[in-house]
Amino acid sequence: MTTPIGERDLHAYVDGQLDADRRAQIEGYLASQPQAQVQVQHWREQNLSLHRLYDGVMNEAIPMQLATALKPQPMLRALAAGVACLACGVVAGWFAHGIMAPSEIASSGTPGFARNALAAHVVFAAEQRHPVEVSAQQEAHLLAWLSKRLEAPIHAPDLREQGFTLLGGRLLPGDDAPLAQLMYESAAGERLTLTIRHAARQQREGGFQLLEQNGNAVFYWIDRDYGYALSGGITKARMLDVAQAVHARLKS
Amino acid sequence: MLDFSQELALHIPRLRRYARALTHNAAWADDLVQDTLERALRRRWMFRMQGSLPSWLMTILYRLYLNDAARSRKQETVGEELPEPAGAVDHGWQIDMQRALARLSVEHRAVIVLVGLEQVSYQEAADILGVPAGTVMSRLARARSQLRAILSGQADTVAAPPHLSRIK
Repeated sequence: MTTPIGERDLHAYVDGQLDADRRAQIEGYLASQPQAQVQVQHWREQNLSLHRLYDGVMNEAIPMQLATALKPQPMLRALAAGVACLACGVVAGWFAHGIMAPSEIASSGTPGFARNALAAHVVFAAEQRHPVEVSAQQEAHLLAWLSKRLEAPIHAPDLREQGFTLLGGRLLPGDDAPLAQLMYESAAGERLTLTIRHAARQQREGGFQLLEQNGNAVFYWIDRDYGYALSGGITKARMLDVAQAVHARLKS
Repeated sequence: MLDFSQELALHIPRLRRYARALTHNAAWADDLVQDTLERALRRRWMFRMQGSLPSWLMTILYRLYLNDAARSRKQETVGEELPEPAGAVDHGWQIDMQRALARLSVEHRAVIVLVGLEQVSYQEAADILGVPAGTVMSRLARARSQLRAILSGQADTVAAPPHLSRIK
């Protein structure tokens, strides 16, 4: 019944490209094959050292030549400005619905952080093949890497009780510092992202705040030196439940 | 919603890492990223059918890279643009790794960067590289064994070359 195990399977094992059943078979095989184990370990280290060599590039400031390469044509830019104003109106409308701490939102506007988090959620949660840059299989590496880039310890809260398992994470460009994005997925394939920002001396801690756009919602809050934004397309009640779990687990 | 160029912008950090790993050269890598972004903007109508935006961008960038490599045989300046090291202890290993990567052929390096660093699926790597999935597997196996051989051969002979003083 079992397909024989070949070198191809060992590569796929190292690269996290096997389903759970096959992975368990390979693990059983490796337990009895020290030579294959060494092989697998070497390949793993190759992958890891690629990350260690080049992940830092993602945290560099983006050179001007690249930013200007994406500047729209003047005509289009004028058009885009109109659209942006419309979007602001829509967002402002939603402020009125802020369910937890509406006063603060009204005065300070939505932090760019929450907007960035939601925009990145929309782009990456839709990715089928590589929603994350580093998968949860390399969780220790992922968290060490994000912690180094954000210059603060980053933890991935366990949300299995809420029905969501960690898929992995990535680094995102933020307004003034990089952001960490962790992605979770439910058995039904629903995805949530938790975006984390680290900055000393943030504004006072507040309750959850909410921003909604096109069927997606982001709950965001500040806890000491960290800003958190939980984005997703599930119902607000479930989002809030998860947000509270995240808050409880990460509270220092 | 984000327009197309804003979506492209979100992928710049990852494209820069990919290009840097392919070329080992910051200036060349950013030229490749810039050409890729401009080409993607001009040809955005070609995109939607393809599905994954990063995958499409990595395909464009890989072709530009192959053209560059074939046309001008740009000199790869190994060691000149080392990314910041994780720690002093790892230094030797990182230099070895970078030089070993530089000794791989363009095709072998690309497959190991796509699979090992960018973590794309084998099928996606096949699409990006424009080769059958079987070829991806054989190149990957070859690239990994070459890397391992180079690294183990180098272990006791490598001394830091003089131009490494630019390391931060």
